[in-house]
Amino acid sequence: MKPILIRGGHLIDPASGVDALRDVLLVDGKVAAVDAPGKIKNGDADVIDAKGLVVAPGLVDIHVHLREPGQGYKETIATGTAAAAAGGFTSVCAMPNTTPVNDSAETTRWMLSPERNAAIRVFPIAAATRGSMGESLTEYTSLKAAGAVGVTDDGKPILGEAIMREALTAAARLNLPVIQHAEDTRMTGGCSMNAGPVAFRLGLRGMTVEAESSLVERDLRLLAQVKDSRAHLHVAHLSTKAALDAVRKARRNGLRATCEVAPHHFVLNEEAVGQYDTHAKMNPPLRAEADRAAMIEGIIDGSVDCIATDHAPHAAHEKEQEFERAPNGITGLESALGLTIATLHGKHKLPISRIIALLSTQPANVLALRGRGTLAIGAFADVVIFNPTAQWTFKAAESKSKSKNTPFDGWTMQGQVQMTISEGRVVYKRG
Amino acid sequence: MQAKTSVKTAGSSARKAKAEPRSSEEAPASARGNIHPGSLLSSNDLDLAKINSILALADELETENPIKRAERLFKRRVSLLFYESSTRTRTSFELAAKALGSDTSLVSALSSSIEKGESLKDTGITLKALGAECIILRSPYSGAPYLLAKETGLPILNGGDGMHEHPSQALLDLRTMLSRLKLGSKVTEKTLEGVTVTICGDIFHSRVARSNALLLPKLGARVILSGPQPLLPEIAGQIAPNLTIERDFNKALDQSQIVMMLRIQAERLAGLSLDLEEYKLRYQANAERIAAHAPKAVILHPGPMIRGLEITSDVADGPQSAIAEQVHHGLAVRMALIQRALGARSLKGAKR
Ligand SMILES: [Zn+2]
Repeated sequence: MKPILIRGGHLIDPASGVDALRDVLLVDGKVAAVDAPGKIKNGDADVIDAKGLVVAPGLVDIHVHLREPGQGYKETIATGTAAAAAGGFTSVCAMPNTTPVNDSAETTRWMLSPERNAAIRVFPIAAATRGSMGESLTEYTSLKAAGAVGVTDDGKPILGEAIMREALTAAARLNLPVIQHAEDTRMTGGCSMNAGPVAFRLGLRGMTVEAESSLVERDLRLLAQVKDSRAHLHVAHLSTKAALDAVRKARRNGLRATCEVAPHHFVLNEEAVGQYDTHAKMNPPLRAEADRAAMIEGIIDGSVDCIATDHAPHAAHEKEQEFERAPNGITGLESALGLTIATLHGKHKLPISRIIALLSTQPANVLALRGRGTLAIGAFADVVIFNPTAQWTFKAAESKSKSKNTPFDGWTMQGQVQMTISEGRVVYKRG
Repeated sequence: MQAKTSVKTAGSSARKAKAEPRSSEEAPASARGNIHPGSLLSSNDLDLAKINSILALADELETENPIKRAERLFKRRVSLLFYESSTRTRTSFELAAKALGSDTSLVSALSSSIEKGESLKDTGITLKALGAECIILRSPYSGAPYLLAKETGLPILNGGDGMHEHPSQALLDLRTMLSRLKLGSKVTEKTLEGVTVTICGDIFHSRVARSNALLLPKLGARVILSGPQPLLPEIAGQIAPNLTIERDFNKALDQSQIVMMLRIQAERLAGLSLDLEEYKLRYQANAERIAAHAPKAVILHPGPMIRGLEITSDVADGPQSAIAEQVHHGLAVRMALIQRALGARSLKGAKR
């Protein structure tokens, strides 16, 4: 592998506090040198001209569904990671709701095998309970040894108090977070969107805010009961102000509680369902405008730890069904940066460095992905180079994902990825 | 291409982006993704001009010589796609289509002529390939008619979708009201000013309630929704202007010129731990209550009725009841909707 010298770019690395013009040298898959422009000798390195561009640690998405094993018609690890690379991501964490459920070291290793042809680094998140059935814990020690970075029953929330407490306790010993999809499914049977006047008018049963917030509150209560300072609860795709307030309060009380918010939850509200647009159907659902605004506020004030896409590819025929029958979820890897910059920087004036922190530094910290989310010397040579001001039109048809289920087709994005480098290899270059 | 702006936060922009045709020449009304203008999916689709043209066409068709009328849509093909059983609505649409001379074919989930597991999209495409020019759909899924309309490009008439809407029912209810109140069939935004309509019962599950609550305020009516908490959540009052909730049925009746009773399914009451006897005590339309609180009001019911539950026989069959007339208005309104859907012009030149 030839060294790469990135010249003339504006380096933004929140982890090392750099926000200035810097050249970056990548050697043997690691960051070898960072210095003022012109100070690093070319040597035999391939030189990349990054003038006018931002150079940042590769983006980290801690919530994606890569659909392998078992659902390769929706996505494969190869296609999902290619989409991730095109979106500027160099690390993605794959959810375990595959077929079979990733609840074993064997499946975890299968996902990490070079035969999967991943374009970037994949970190499996394993099932917290066997088969995600919520009854007995999986083998956390062997799962961690196989490469799992967290445990979750995403999509099938852990409702039982005893088993959740057990999960938090067992995971704490290994310094693994328990990631909860916070939905009290006893309250959401037959529901397909957010509860409220829009759902009522459309004749759809609605998921209430309480179905999310009550489970977050319950989990935080259990977290407080676990007498182990390593115990860590991470709330996946948080979508309501009530749940966010609960997380804020727990953190003030010293609990190790973190949360992520998906771009669609701070960009869209429930009105996007329109005439039963199944591309606006996801779980948690798009919420009321007040909740959308609360997500923005929480991101800006630092209550939200990171942005994660919940990339959930589905085949066209699955989404071309009656709204209540269509599966939940949208793709998100290739629209995340563009939506985030357009919304948080373009509209809400959040500095680009904060956006890098939300999409790279902080998600890497939440799951303790060492050497990721930073371009400090010695870190992995995971780099995204993008033009922060470029506006462009997102076209679902051109997506590298196998699935095109996105509500953002045709939307104007801000911030365009020029190149993505994963451990010193160029994995995406804008054509 | 979108305007050069930053990303819009309102949901509507997502729809706008999707709905925008590539170019006007390239996207005729019947192209995939667009809803044919002859469709009727929701009362929200209806403005006063459309309501007037449908009512005028209904008048015209109703009084027309049946032989002449049967030439209007001679041999045109209308499909009835029914995923739920429905004697009343299906028969009404079928008779209406036949009265205009069209051929009808019934595809029903119950007669298992719908291939097992076939998607609504594929069934629609198959019906279109077989020559269907208009599909009347009844589905247990809210919003199904939108999917069928977008995937086939055909005019779709919503014959009831899940808990969403039943717009032809609201139009026939309107025609019944206009006739009983002797208000003619030319309507304005003030035609029903001063008229209060109470809709009583299981509002939550009722597509008839939604379609009426969205339609009647367009003509100036005040609509009162009445029913117990679980069947009538507070948010129901927010779906249209001029809508109020009055849980005391007697108080609602005191103000009403029109009373629309909805069917109550005993299973639903049980699921919601509502006592049947208490429900009857508070919400049943019986002779004593009507005599005391709405002695002149017109009584409607979309059917099928459960006599002895939400309504008693003396009210259903009494002089204030317009329930039988509703059926007759249904036929006229549905003839007009089918004629409009198939695009044939009215003989008197009324526009669709
Ligand atoms: Zn989830």
